[in-house]
Amino acid sequence: MLAQARACFKARLRMTDIGSKHALRMANQINRIVIIGAGQAGGEAAVRLRQGGFSGDITLIGEEPALPYQRPPLSKKYLAGEMDLERLLLRPASVYADENIAVLIPLRAVWIDRANKRVRLEGGRELAYDALILATGARPRKLTLVGADLPGAHLFRTTADADAMRPSFLAGAKLAVIGAGYIGLEVAAMARQKGLEVTVLEAAARPLARVTSPEISGFFLDEHTAQGVRFVLGGQPAFIKGKERVTGVGLADGGEISADLVIAGIGVNPETTLAQQCGLRIDNGVAADGSCRTSDPSVFAIGDCAARPMAHYQSRMSRLESVHNAIEGAKLAVAALLDQPAPTVEAPWFWSDQYDLKLQIAGLFQGYDRMVLRGVMADRAFAAFYYREGKLIAVDAVNRPGEFLGAKMLIQSGRTLAPDLIADTSRPMKELVAAAT
Amino acid sequence: MPKITYIEHSGKEHVIDAPAGQTVMEAAVKHAVPGIDADCGGACACATCHVYVDDAWLAKTGEASSMEQSMLDFANDVADNSRLSCQIKVSDALDGLVVRLPKSQH
Ligand SMILES: Cc1cc2nc3c(=O)[nH]c(=O)nc-3n(C[C@H](O)[C@H](O)[C@H](O)COP(=O)(O)OP(=O)(O)OC[C@H]3O[C@@H](n4cnc5c(N)ncnc54)[C@H](O)[C@@H]3O)c2cc1C
Ligand code: FES
Repeated sequence: MLAQARACFKARLRMTDIGSKHALRMANQINRIVIIGAGQAGGEAAVRLRQGGFSGDITLIGEEPALPYQRPPLSKKYLAGEMDLERLLLRPASVYADENIAVLIPLRAVWIDRANKRVRLEGGRELAYDALILATGARPRKLTLVGADLPGAHLFRTTADADAMRPSFLAGAKLAVIGAGYIGLEVAAMARQKGLEVTVLEAAARPLARVTSPEISGFFLDEHTAQGVRFVLGGQPAFIKGKERVTGVGLADGGEISADLVIAGIGVNPETTLAQQCGLRIDNGVAADGSCRTSDPSVFAIGDCAARPMAHYQSRMSRLESVHNAIEGAKLAVAALLDQPAPTVEAPWFWSDQYDLKLQIAGLFQGYDRMVLRGVMADRAFAAFYYREGKLIAVDAVNRPGEFLGAKMLIQSGRTLAPDLIADTSRPMKELVAAAT
Repeated sequence: MPKITYIEHSGKEHVIDAPAGQTVMEAAVKHAVPGIDADCGGACACATCHVYVDDAWLAKTGEASSMEQSMLDFANDVADNSRLSCQIKVSDALDGLVVRLPKSQH
C-alpha cells in the first residue's frame, strides 16, 4: 500500500516540474494544491478536489504511516478487535492512484514560507503551492505526571495508540481510564464488554461535564455503574505508579487505583504549530472564515485544527472536533477553491456508541436555558432538547435516531418546536417536524 | 465474489465486486461510487448512505431495523424500497443485487 502511494508520488513529481512552468505562464491560476495532514479532513479535501473537476497537482502530506482513516471506530470496534486497518481506511490506495493524488506518507511538513508559497518537508525537500490547505488535526493532551511515560500508560488518538494498548486489553485486566469524556466512556464500555475491571477517574463532579447537561451525565453515570464501572469523580491523578510497567494511579487525596493499563482521554489541543510559525491568525485553532479561508487568502484550514464562524449560532467562532466538521470543512474549502457554489452548512452533529446505547447529538448546547425531555430515561430511548430564549439549539438523542435527525433539520433551517409539543410522545417526530415553523 | 450494481441518479451504472462480509455501503465507498456519502462510516448515525433496493431483491435484503426505519423517515425522497446501505451485509445470496441511488444524500 505504501509502496503504491510512493510510486504514485514519484510519477507526480515528474509531472510537477512540468506543471510549475505551466503555472508561471498562468500566474493567477491555481495549479498546485498542497494539503498538510492526511486525516479525515485532508483526505476528504483531496478526493473532493478531483471530484469537483480540479485537474492540477494535489499533494497530500501526512506524518502517520496509514492512508487517511476513520478515528471513531478506534475506541469502538477497532479496539475490540472487530475491525482491521483495511476496513478503517476511508479509501483504498487505488482511489488515490486512480485520482492522481500524490500521497506522501509518512512524512512531516516542517515549515511554511507564505511569501514564496512553499512548504518544506522533513528531510529538506520543498513543494511550491498556489493554494495550501491545513488539515493538521489535534493532539491529545498529555498527562503531565510522574510515570506518564511508563509502558502501559496510553493516550488515545491514532491506530498506533490503539495497537499499543490492544495486547493488554484483555479480560481480567485492570483498566484505569483518566477523563470521562466521550472517548473515555467509550473505552470504559468496550472494556466492560471484554471483561476488564474498569475504574474511571474524572476531575469534574460528573462525567461528560464539558459536553452535555447534568441530566444526560447522570444517565450515563448510572448506565456505566450498572455495567460495573467504578467512578472516582472530583478526583485528581497525582502520579502513575510502576517500575517497569504501570501498576496503578496515585490520587492527589492520597488514594490509589490499582491498574495494569491506564488510558487517558483528557481532551485535545489543536495542532497549530505550522500556522503559528508562518504567522496566521489563531483563535483557539487556526482562525478561518465561513469558507474555511484563513487570514492568508491562499491558505485554508479545516477539521479539528481550525475555528470558523458557526452559521446557526450568530456566527460565533467555534472549533469543533467531529467527523461532520472534518467533512464539511473539506467541502467548504473545495467549493471556495474551485469557485463553485458553497454546500449547505449542516447543524453540527456527533455520535457516541456505548454498550447498546447510541447517543446522537445535533447542534451546540452551550448557553441553553431550558431542557425538555422527550420520552423517559428508564426506557433507554429518549431525547433531551435544549432551548435558548425559546429557540431549539441542540438535542442529545439516546436510541432515538428520528429525534436526532428531526432536530438536526429544524436547527439547520432555523425552525423550532414548542417545548410542550416536544414532550408529547403520542405524536411522532416526523409529524412534529413537518408542522414546525 | 458477489457482484453489486449501483445505478446513480443520472442512470450511470457501476458494477462492483463486493466481498461477502462488507456492507453494500462499504463496497461502494471503497470504489468511489459517487452518490453514497456515508459520512458516519457505517455507524448508522447519519442517514447519508440511502439507496433504493431493486424490487426483485427486497425479500433477500430483509427488513430495516426500527432504528434504521426511524432514520429513513427523515431521508430525502424516501420510498417503500429505501434502505441505509451500511445496514445491508453483502453475502453470496446477494450476488447480482441492484440498488439505485437518490438524487442527493443531504
Ligand atoms: C478515539 C476517537 C474517537 C472518536 N469518535 C468520534 C465519533 O464517534 N464521532 C465523531 O464525529 N468524531 C469522533 N472523533 C473525532 C474525529 O475523529 C475527529 O474530529 C476527526 O478525525 C478530525 O479530522 P482531522 O482530519 O481534522 O484531524 P486528524 O484526524 O487528527 O488528522 C490530522 C492528521 O494530520 C497529521 N499532521 C499534523 N501535523 C502534521 C504535519 N506538520 N505534517 C504532516 N502531517 C501532520 C496528524 O498526524 C494527523 O494524522 C473521535 C476521535 C478519536 C481520537
Ligand atoms: S453510513 Fe451513516 S448511516 Fe449509513
